[in-house]
Amino acid sequence: MADLSIDFAGIKSPNPFWLASAPPTNTGDQVMRAFDAGWGGAVWKTLGNPIVNVSSRFGGIDYGNTRMMGLNNIELITDRPLEVNFREIREVKRRYPNHAVITSLMVETKEEWKEIIQRAEEAGSDGHELNFGCPHGMCERGMGSAVSSEPKVLREIARWAVEFATKPVIVKLSPNVTDIVEPGEAVLESGAHAISLINTIKSIMAIDLDRMVPLPRVGNASTNGGYCGPAVKPVALHMVGELTRHPYVSKLPISGIGGISNWRDAAEFIALGCTSVQVCTAVMHYGYRIVEDMIEGLNDFLDSKGMKSILDLRGRAAPQYKNWGELDLGYRVVADISTDKCIGCQLCYVACMDGAHQCIHLPGRTEEQARKAGHTHIPKLIPDRAVTARGGAPGARVPFVDDDECIGCNLCQLVCPVSGCITMKEVPSGKPNESWNDRVQRGADFVPGGLHVTEVERAKR
Amino acid sequence: MTHHSPHIPDVEGDRLEVLYEDKKPPYEDAEAIAEANRCLYCVDAPCIKACPTAIDIPTFIRKIGTGNVKGAARTILSQNLLGKSCGQVCPVEVLCAGACVYNDWHRDPIKIGRLQRYAVEKALAEDPQIFKPKAPTGKRIALVGAGPASVAAAGWLALEGHEAAIYEKKLLPGGLNTLGIAPYKMKVEEALQEITWVLSLGNVELYQGVEIVPVSGSSEEVSASSLLQQYDAVFLGLGLGPDSRLKIPGEDGGGVVGATHLIERLKADPTLRFKGVDRAIVVGGGNTAVDVAHELALLGIDATMLYRGGEEDLSAYEHELASGRVDGMKVLCERSPVAVLRDNVGKITGMRVIRTEDKKPVAGTEEDLRADLVVVAVGQSRMTEVARSFPGVELDMRGRVIVDPKTYRTGNPKVWSAGDCVNGGKEVVNAVAEAKIAVTSMHAYLMGVGA
Repeated sequence: MADLSIDFAGIKSPNPFWLASAPPTNTGDQVMRAFDAGWGGAVWKTLGNPIVNVSSRFGGIDYGNTRMMGLNNIELITDRPLEVNFREIREVKRRYPNHAVITSLMVETKEEWKEIIQRAEEAGSDGHELNFGCPHGMCERGMGSAVSSEPKVLREIARWAVEFATKPVIVKLSPNVTDIVEPGEAVLESGAHAISLINTIKSIMAIDLDRMVPLPRVGNASTNGGYCGPAVKPVALHMVGELTRHPYVSKLPISGIGGISNWRDAAEFIALGCTSVQVCTAVMHYGYRIVEDMIEGLNDFLDSKGMKSILDLRGRAAPQYKNWGELDLGYRVVADISTDKCIGCQLCYVACMDGAHQCIHLPGRTEEQARKAGHTHIPKLIPDRAVTARGGAPGARVPFVDDDECIGCNLCQLVCPVSGCITMKEVPSGKPNESWNDRVQRGADFVPGGLHVTEVERAKR
Repeated sequence: MTHHSPHIPDVEGDRLEVLYEDKKPPYEDAEAIAEANRCLYCVDAPCIKACPTAIDIPTFIRKIGTGNVKGAARTILSQNLLGKSCGQVCPVEVLCAGACVYNDWHRDPIKIGRLQRYAVEKALAEDPQIFKPKAPTGKRIALVGAGPASVAAAGWLALEGHEAAIYEKKLLPGGLNTLGIAPYKMKVEEALQEITWVLSLGNVELYQGVEIVPVSGSSEEVSASSLLQQYDAVFLGLGLGPDSRLKIPGEDGGGVVGATHLIERLKADPTLRFKGVDRAIVVGGGNTAVDVAHELALLGIDATMLYRGGEEDLSAYEHELASGRVDGMKVLCERSPVAVLRDNVGKITGMRVIRTEDKKPVAGTEEDLRADLVVVAVGQSRMTEVARSFPGVELDMRGRVIVDPKTYRTGNPKVWSAGDCVNGGKEVVNAVAEAKIAVTSMHAYLMGVGA
């Protein structure tokens, strides 16, 4: 059994799984039920001067039969009196002293920040998460994501918080910026203790084509909301990666947020450098109970890799996140289709023909037929391989990869419905193991066939 | 011509058919979309190759998934005008769904038939004007018989702008699609509704209660020669004739009935009841025999299929046998009928059967089985007389109309033919596929292209 406990900028938690500040952490009753289910911490639904919410509030996007691949919301911060929230926080901390309770905060003036931080600490908060990320409603009032997009303002407000707080200050960043490094550096400069990201992405979920109103609909209108859920995970991983490879910002503990739905997602964020992870959409979809699998899965994964604790995993993948110019141009893979697993759907074939490099061939065609179908390079031999999957459809033929032409793009493997049917084999490329940057260095960064002016300018240099 | 009206009569009365529930009930929207989203959208899909009418199945299913149900129906109906009933009655297990790549993966194949039914029903309920006929050509075609082949052919001819006139001797159109389909698959009203739609596609007349004969002797008969004179072309969609008989002692009399005749009554005759029938023997090993035995079993009758070959020789589909057995139908193989047994007032009491080996009787192995009803499902006769009344139309040794397989044209250059009378008895979808080939050839002839 690995040790899942963490110390996040001084905030202790029995495991790295925290509930993100959102509807699942709206009340004390909810947070206590979550802790009973196994969650290690909870970032309370953002506190501030109470607001008024609209109905409806959420929009979902499905893909095929998968419900809520993405979710957006136009809900604001807590709509309950501050004193009620603080009373409940006090009660939660009294009953669960070893769990992390972090107060998400969002107010405007320096005086307001001072009061709310003090009152949160009096209630027993273990730390503060400054909500500089909410991209709807509050940003129209100069708060939330409006702060993330102004690094100077961010630094100023974060400094106030650090000044007033005795507990760690985490700054939650918005992804709605051109370069996440700018607000990241501003956090570092402010003296704040940690970063959490990403908050939700500005979004319009869909259009109701009968009413001609975007979704989610409030009467006969809508507004942009914050997008989250499994679909945003790649965006979140990228932004986390930008900060965890930064020479200085990476020194701050990072709480990863964005589409984390299971132990594997969590392990990926930790491997990229996060210390804790925060979950919202998956809980809104399936309930607090999902944490049982997250704890078990992460534990078994660490054991299987011989890792003793979260620290052993943290940041292990971060150094391998590089710029394109550093990648090895001599590395090569080609696709291989298994006759034992192929079911003959030929989705790889059409994807390669129309979306890639026309190097997957159908057996049983003449050269003329292959050329007519769009192939420009015909391999010497296209073996007539029948599907050998048990009970395979008679006459079904396994598509064939022309190794000479395959550029190893992965597309066929990505569209294949049968897991493990198409594998990408490493093959010698016959090219040196060097990167584009290496080629720039040795003056070989020239590829024939470009613009005349470029060649002329190059000759002058 | 007593019945000259495109109006199709309703079936009325307390028919036994209405007691049956759909084995594959229509999908709700959410069910259809969930099932459609399972489809992989294969390229050069095996399901299309397995469909006699080559419907672009992955495309119509994708359209259901995107909410383009009208487009889905267009994709289906442009290949198969009877797409709705084929969705209900096709043996998809051995056709499209049987070829689904999911089978190779040991996953449930896509429910193609149910999706097809859903798309056509929903689209036509919202807007039946899915196709527009071309400008009138002035050409007139007579179609003999109102079964699936003729109905589909008439619809396509009408869309090409021709005038189609269907002659049907029965009072209900549709042939076996109306009167021969197991009621848990499709009911009479559903078949008639589809025919009503096909007849609305263009200029189609339906003459019911009219028989085509070599020489006309009454107002309810029309001679073959007059059809050839009055029309620019003739299509023979004759179907099959009455049920074959066992030709064994005791067969004549009450309690012995032909299979298709019984199914027809079960579907359309409000007077049919099975009073006093506890046990039934259905003689035959094909799909009609399974249908009858299955239908009787569902009515609570102890129904046994009696077949002279072994289990492995049964020509009925495996999935139909399995489904019938689940509902209580029994199958007794390697038995051949010897005589129908009757009491002294002629009432049926059972059947004497004899064991067989390699389908041949084994002497001294007779036994008597109790039965209150014997249904004979050993095939149907051919409509040879009608076919022969058209000069130049030839039949093969098994009584099937001989056609050129590329055109479905008969020996008479003005006469085409398709469906059971040509193929000896196949599925509705085969009749539609053949009719389409025939119409393509007829149209070319009528318009003077390559004739």
